[in-house]
Amino acid sequence: MKVVAPLIAVWAALLALLGLTVGASLMLTGTPSLVVSLGIASAKAALIAWVYMQLRREGGLMRIMALGAAFWLLILLGYLALDYLTR
Amino acid sequence: MTEVSYLEHGHSLKSWLLTTDHKRIAILYFLSITFFFFVGGAAAALIRIDLLTPEADLMSNEGYNRAFTLHGVIMVWFFLIPSIPNTFGNFLVPLMIGARDLAFPRLNLLSWYIYMLGGLFTLAVLVLGGVDTGWTFYTPLSSMFANGNVILAATAIFVVGFSSILTGLNFIVTVHRLRCPGMTWGRLPLFVWSIYATSLILVLATPVLSITLVLIAAERLFGVGVFNPALGGDPLLYQHLFWFYSHPAVYIMVLPALGVISELVTAAARKPVFGYRFVAGSSIAIAIIGFLVWGHHMFVAGQSMYASAVFSFLSLAVAVPSGIKVYNWTATLYKGHIALDPPFLFAMSFIGLFVVGGMTGLILAMLAVDVHVHDTYFVIAHFHYIMVGGTVSAYFGALHYWWPKMMGRWLPLVWGRLSAIFIFLGFNLTFFPQFILGYLGMPRRYHVYPAEFQTLHVLSSAGASVLGLAYLLPFTYLLYSLRHGEKAPPNPWGATGLEWTVPSPPPQHNFHELPTVDGPPYQYPVEPDAERETAHG
Amino acid sequence: MADAAPSRQRDTTLMGMYLFLASEIMLFGGLFAVALALRLLHPQEVAAASRRLHYGIGAANTVVLLTSSLAVALAVAAAEMGKVKGTVVSLLAAAGLGLGFLALKAVEYGMEIREQLLPAFTPAEAFESPPAHLFMDLYLVATALHAVHVTVGVVLLAGLAWRVHRRSLALPRGAAGVEVVGLYWHLVDVIWVFLYPILYLVR
Repeated sequence: MKVVAPLIAVWAALLALLGLTVGASLMLTGTPSLVVSLGIASAKAALIAWVYMQLRREGGLMRIMALGAAFWLLILLGYLALDYLTR
Repeated sequence: MTEVSYLEHGHSLKSWLLTTDHKRIAILYFLSITFFFFVGGAAAALIRIDLLTPEADLMSNEGYNRAFTLHGVIMVWFFLIPSIPNTFGNFLVPLMIGARDLAFPRLNLLSWYIYMLGGLFTLAVLVLGGVDTGWTFYTPLSSMFANGNVILAATAIFVVGFSSILTGLNFIVTVHRLRCPGMTWGRLPLFVWSIYATSLILVLATPVLSITLVLIAAERLFGVGVFNPALGGDPLLYQHLFWFYSHPAVYIMVLPALGVISELVTAAARKPVFGYRFVAGSSIAIAIIGFLVWGHHMFVAGQSMYASAVFSFLSLAVAVPSGIKVYNWTATLYKGHIALDPPFLFAMSFIGLFVVGGMTGLILAMLAVDVHVHDTYFVIAHFHYIMVGGTVSAYFGALHYWWPKMMGRWLPLVWGRLSAIFIFLGFNLTFFPQFILGYLGMPRRYHVYPAEFQTLHVLSSAGASVLGLAYLLPFTYLLYSLRHGEKAPPNPWGATGLEWTVPSPPPQHNFHELPTVDGPPYQYPVEPDAERETAHG
Repeated sequence: MADAAPSRQRDTTLMGMYLFLASEIMLFGGLFAVALALRLLHPQEVAAASRRLHYGIGAANTVVLLTSSLAVALAVAAAEMGKVKGTVVSLLAAAGLGLGFLALKAVEYGMEIREQLLPAFTPAEAFESPPAHLFMDLYLVATALHAVHVTVGVVLLAGLAWRVHRRSLALPRGAAGVEVVGLYWHLVDVIWVFLYPILYLVR
């Protein structure tokens, strides 16, 4: 049970976050809605990566390999935003 | 020393087509890449013949569009991108780091089959009449107006992309996991550093191209219109996504060449490389900064002025790590005991041409100047100096340098020197006039032009015929050497590196016992194994 | 030393998988870039189009995928303890939930076709606005590509369950095999976690 309990706790947390994001979408609009929904999605992704994908027990190198692409994605999205917001 | 070499280990076709030996897979790539090099070259020949006169006399407008598109698609995706990584990278990375194979040998073979599948699609495009969009597949031309085999061509590139991704993944894991005892990161050969940096780009940039091609195909098939301005989509979004891949892809093409030159220059100078850490680090720096500059292809396309300014500045910044390499090679050669062997002559012509290509790149990176020369022959000349003068020279340099290792035979050095010189001369005669043409206003992708440009075009075409013959030359004497060349010793050039400690050609499992490294790399001078007689040149 | 070899092999395989997942992130990254561009270019129309999607079905499907991720995590834990039966049951549960996801997605597509929302099944004039059409194009491409990944994942999970059941993948020695497929499945889940708010919850 020592191994299983945290997995189930994370599942419960993920479902709670899902409820939160649906709830927020009913109340917020525009930029705040975008920030909150992406923030919650990132939190869910972090939980999955950290516990389910076991990044917590890997070394730094594996973590960089797993998360490095997120940085590269931010380059793409960041430049696009720069172009579209200042065009 | 009675171990059977990898070439002797099995002679059946099956023993080649189902091999998982990285050295045999390298040879498979070498053969298929050489084939595509000549198909792409044939398209280039058609282009240069058509451009001899100002009128359209060889090809129709449509035919000309198809010729340059085919030339670009084949040369970029089926020759340049796989050229050095998939042949020399495959052959050398395990040998250089003291491993018996890549981390995933079967995946490596799969990559070759995927490459061949993509190649078959490309040949199908060729047989069915080609594509006319240019290798960039810009929308809305490719999505709404082009009537060639766009979907088939996109499929070919989509497929070959997976070959790139899997190869890159394989190299990264291999370098991390399979280095022999004592082979620390600070002792890795510079070629391995450059292949590692290249692989990062292969894994991270190629998928964006894949999804972009999916969107183009979806637009043609189902009217999915995210790039369609009539629906409020944005053609510039296509260019962003395309160049997010394709600019780093330029570094996929040139970084391995930079790694090759680092090896050739130190071996020729018989001195330790100058500034090892900087040369190694600059490869990684180029790979990373290379992701931050793609917008310089879009200065006149209508992107935001502020984005252009940032892209322009960062494009100038890429010159710093590239410059570091050139300075370090020069410093390595200083006071070296230089032997004028063919690999060194190729390396010298690489350095000269790469500097010209790089410096004209700086000119193009400046916003105001780019407005004048955008989409002219100036751009064509610039990137051919990098891609052909640079990468292809390095490819031939690598071929001459490692040929005795790969095949176990000496090559005729006199002929090697001659072909290096002819390639250099032919190249410059082909492409230098194009700088002038472009500056005077000759746009790219036109085959009908004002009569005043004819002299320069004729010069360029004359150079292209010299260049074409000069490229054929090595294949004749290298083939000849396979039968008649003298047997090569393990270390014919007197070079450092683990690949020179094993017999030529290497045994099937590379190392009888895994080696241990106990010192820094490039501990020159090293005596060559056999005294080279005048008979070899 | 007997233990060192499998663990080295595991690290090598895992590293390869992480790099493959990095390329998957970039593949979907191109679609996220399209979503960003559409939203910056046409904020009102995109929000209006998003409101017409069945966010309840999307949420239910999120629950299904999150639960299947839990099942895979449980399978990995069981595999590492050498429990064959527990591993097989968890893997089959995850694959079954994956099928459930696909079924629900199909139902949802069917509803959208009837409501004239799904491009390729709907004439261009039926959309509220051209940007709404574009947004639904993105929705279709993104969810279809994700569904392809789910399908591949279901096949992998079922095949793995079969191999563990037949003992051709011995546990706990072969636990890395379960772990690697598990990583893929979790990433498919993570991508959905982002697709859900980006497609269904634009307000």
